[in-house]
Amino acid sequence: MIPFEYVRARDAAGAVAAVAEHPRAAFLAGGTNLVDNMKLGIEAPERIVDVTGLSLDTVDVLPGGGLRIGAGVRNADLAAHPEVRRTYPLLSKALLSGASGQLRNLATTGGNLLQRTRCPYYRHAEMPCNKREPGTGCSALGGVSRDRAVLGASENCVATHPSDMATAMCALDAEAVVQGTDGERRVPVEGLHRLPGDEPHRDTVLEPADLITAVELPPAPEGALSDYYKARERASFAFALASVAVEAVFDGGTVASTRIAFGGVAHKPWRARRAEEALIGHAPTEEAVRAAAAAELAEARPLEGDEFKTRIAAGALTTVFGRLAGRAGEGREDR
Amino acid sequence: MEADVTLTVDGERRTLRTDTRTTLLDALREHLGVIAPKKGCDHGQCGSCTVLLDGRRATSCLTFAVANDGADVRTADGLADDGELHPVQQAFIDNDAFQCGYCTPGQVCSAVGVLEEAEAGWPSAVTADPADTPRLDEAEIRERMSGNLCRCGAYAGIVAAVRGAAEGDAR
Ligand SMILES: Cc1cc2nc3c(=O)[nH]c(=O)nc-3n(C[C@H](O)[C@H](O)[C@H](O)COP(=O)(O)OP(=O)(O)OC[C@H]3O[C@@H](n4cnc5c(N)ncnc54)[C@H](O)[C@@H]3O)c2cc1C
Ligand code: SF4
Ligand code: FES
Ligand code: FES
Repeated sequence: MIPFEYVRARDAAGAVAAVAEHPRAAFLAGGTNLVDNMKLGIEAPERIVDVTGLSLDTVDVLPGGGLRIGAGVRNADLAAHPEVRRTYPLLSKALLSGASGQLRNLATTGGNLLQRTRCPYYRHAEMPCNKREPGTGCSALGGVSRDRAVLGASENCVATHPSDMATAMCALDAEAVVQGTDGERRVPVEGLHRLPGDEPHRDTVLEPADLITAVELPPAPEGALSDYYKARERASFAFALASVAVEAVFDGGTVASTRIAFGGVAHKPWRARRAEEALIGHAPTEEAVRAAAAAELAEARPLEGDEFKTRIAAGALTTVFGRLAGRAGEGREDR
Repeated sequence: MEADVTLTVDGERRTLRTDTRTTLLDALREHLGVIAPKKGCDHGQCGSCTVLLDGRRATSCLTFAVANDGADVRTADGLADDGELHPVQQAFIDNDAFQCGYCTPGQVCSAVGVLEEAEAGWPSAVTADPADTPRLDEAEIRERMSGNLCRCGAYAGIVAAVRGAAEGDAR
């Protein structure tokens, strides 16, 4: 690890300025990804601007409903927050399915959104990787990995975005509040992460000195049910092979509205608008959900050996809808 | 680049001057001689470096010492009260919850955190409905302790120990 200067930011504007004025500076929050990557020698900031002292650590219910989550709120606290557990259970479940208890106590909302890929070749400083060193090639293409994208990849990079939380936030139409050198703006989480295209070194649409200060969730629709399902290689403490976040409102026996996002299958959380359209107004039978998944995954281009991921994504959607429709049915019988 | 860091470690105020690159784990072990937290993977993957940082369990290998200036750090060494073992430590002994013991200080700190999180009503990934207040049964304990690996495979004893300590708490 190369030496670095440590700066403790006192306010958001100061943090942005401290990163903007230095060509190799990075924000530091919980450190669970940045410090890891610095040890691996794949990130090497010369100035670190600690943003954990910015008082961005509260969760507030917004006047019109909805929730404002400070970027510094720890993953453990967000998952355990009563309003999240009650109103956005898919977000709580997504967070709890990620990392471990002792990591979630450190990891923050902002850092979780901007964590880097777990592609094993990206994480190995000696291997060619277009994301780490543009133009060197992509080792994962001909390599061995359980972690390659099946949707939206390019010949330059087949990495996946690893965040469970971001997948749930994408389904919830969350917006990131971003402070940059030119003031504040809002970026929908769905549009925060990019597809790799021919610039795989850029994970997101943000500039280096853009500070995420909060994430806002719109109010949940009346009567919404939600769930998060994560398929992985062991029962706990593993990244997703594929996952799905679903929120749905049922009316009688049909889907009145739904929002769906897949995780672990692309360079960004994958909002499944085609699947949503295919389901709205229809009964969520297993057949209908399979067809909706197929509509979304028709453009999947799994590399050889990765076909299982597409099947897992489809199966995850079917499982979740089965659960939610079951709960909606119980609700009707209660009445 | 160097920085001055003050920590309260197991109840004692300690200061050190260290490189900004020093992790909290290395500050404890290499600079302050506090060797209860162990270095297993150094990448957040094994849990053997777990300490209670300002009262919450945390991996000490993925946080810089300089970022924790002023923090309260409790390691497995500082859990005993006046020579009397912490109930979690006693439960580990009573349930044969280790073989070589390398992962144990991290397991014990993590278990103390698990009991407090459960006490506060926090759900886990296996809690059927996150809005429910879960009971610490075996599935809950396994899930909550999954950030601590044990190469000796003493898991059966570890689960029994955490359960024993939890039941002791409930009494
Ligand atoms: C062993 C292990 C297992 C894991 N398993 C999972 C898993 O299953 N699922 C999952 O989703 N995640 C998993 N994670 C990843 C974990 O969720 C992230 O490391 C964590 O959320 C990052 O948050 P942080 O606050 O520690 O970020 P940091 O490491 O501090 O920062 C990460 C990045 O975000 C930037 N940054 C931080 N805050 C801001 C901000 N406010 N504005 C702008 N930029 C910012 C930093 O500059 C850095 O580039 C795992 C991590 C480990 C080590
Ligand atoms: S998939 Fe992307 S991150 Fe992985 S080796 Fe290829 S270019 Fe690098
Ligand atoms: S040494 Fe910190 S988690 Fe393994
Ligand atoms: S007792 Fe040996 S590693 Fe756990």
